[in-house]
Amino acid sequence: MSRVRRKAETWLPWALPLAIVAGWQLASVAGWLSTRVLPEPWAVLKAFWTLAASGEMAQHVATSTGRAFSGFALGGGLALALGLLTGSLRWAETLLDSTLQMVRNVPPLALIPLVILWFGIDEGAKLFLVSLGVFFPIYLNTFHGIRGVDPGLIEMARSYGLSGWALYRQVILPGALPQILVGVRFSLGFMWVILIVAETISAQAGIGYMTMNAREFLQTDIVLVGILLYALLGKAADLAAKGLERWWLRWHPGYQPEVAR
Amino acid sequence: MILTEIDHPGLLLRARENDADAPVLRRRARPRGGLGLRLQGLGKAFGERQVLADIDLQIEPGEFVAIVGRSGCGKSTLLRLVAGLETASSGTLALDGDAVRGATRDDVRVMFQDARLLPWKRVADNIALGLQTADAPARARGALAQVGLADRAHDWPAVLSGGQRQRVALARALVHTPRLLLLDEPLGALDALTRIEMQALIEALWREQGFTALLVTHDVAEAVALADRIILIEDGAIALDQRVNLTRPRSRGNPAFAMIEERVLTRVLQHG
Repeated sequence: MSRVRRKAETWLPWALPLAIVAGWQLASVAGWLSTRVLPEPWAVLKAFWTLAASGEMAQHVATSTGRAFSGFALGGGLALALGLLTGSLRWAETLLDSTLQMVRNVPPLALIPLVILWFGIDEGAKLFLVSLGVFFPIYLNTFHGIRGVDPGLIEMARSYGLSGWALYRQVILPGALPQILVGVRFSLGFMWVILIVAETISAQAGIGYMTMNAREFLQTDIVLVGILLYALLGKAADLAAKGLERWWLRWHPGYQPEVAR
Repeated sequence: MILTEIDHPGLLLRARENDADAPVLRRRARPRGGLGLRLQGLGKAFGERQVLADIDLQIEPGEFVAIVGRSGCGKSTLLRLVAGLETASSGTLALDGDAVRGATRDDVRVMFQDARLLPWKRVADNIALGLQTADAPARARGALAQVGLADRAHDWPAVLSGGQRQRVALARALVHTPRLLLLDEPLGALDALTRIEMQALIEALWREQGFTALLVTHDVAEAVALADRIILIEDGAIALDQRVNLTRPRSRGNPAFAMIEERVLTRVLQHG
């Protein structure tokens, strides 16, 4: 591959977004777009900078991230524990799995009216919704990850004297890990979606509060900053999950930078 | 190469000790000898299907026995019974006089057809699997050197070739200094050249360490190259018990080699 072509392949994916932003800026300056519909990109950048400089943004981002990850820890932890249980023990699957499958078919957002009745509009409601949202991707992938561990490897390990916790830690868990991480990545994406909706119900702080507040005053630039922040946080979570995959699955041929044979 | 017509395994062993071969001397120096094996009326059924019936077999300590037969004849099941991976439906199985029933022992190790290395452990850690002692890393390195892969200790199994993986699997079995090594068609998936290399390696390590070896294979030439005795299993029963009294290392060009191979192969093909 020539150097020019390699360079072109690096930059080409950015051409369309840049063109759109340029067109948008042009339309705003020319007065074809009302700031009530869409503020000019430059104004969004300025708003971003003002909010960042005042420390207001950091505070909202910290609140939202705290909510997102406490929900993720609660729902994800529970999902991991239950997935390991039903994946490893037949009786636990018989006892729990059909119930969980029923609950799975209820969209978490359909529960909002009930959640408001149960928890009010406090932190509890947001925690519950995020936990529920991240639960199923992790639960299902953990369950199938455990079930999918090569029985030949388990048989080999048993015949080499491994049993109980040693067998679980050295063979079953690492064998299920690639699938579990697929669930984690999926959950991290879903976590932000649920949080956005939960924060728009009502909040006293957080990115959702910031955007809803800005909407009241027709500050479209701040609304766009909020949207941008969600996008960046979502991307950051995905990158973190990818990093985890690359470290934990470095033995996996699919995650190795180069395979020499 | 001479075909020695000695039928008793004890005499065969004495004949070997007489020639001043270095590996044989080392073999006598080892404290742990091979495990003797006695199967009496051993049978295994999976539901309605009788896979093995009424198997009587005695294997002397240190003997190399090959089990051949068509696919589905029950030869792998026999090995899995001895390994403790399956429980017999009838009969008894005794290792060194102790009756065994569906339990794995730490002086019995299995090598499977696929290497079954844990892909998330580096080669050295794969070999140390199940070793409890503090010198496990050193022993793993020693075993890896024995199979000629000392420089691959820190590699992931995914980057090894099929033959290298089986070498690692062999090292993993031998690091436990087993008294009985069970080989379930371990070379079946390898190319012809790698297979001959691995056969030589297995034979050398067997002569050096003196364990009892039980090899399941569909390759009669491999059985003749390695075994003191070839057992043919047909329809779940022993159909032939052929002694191979060729001096080691054996040459495939030897007429006596070809004769035994021909005899066993003809008997295998007679059926079905």
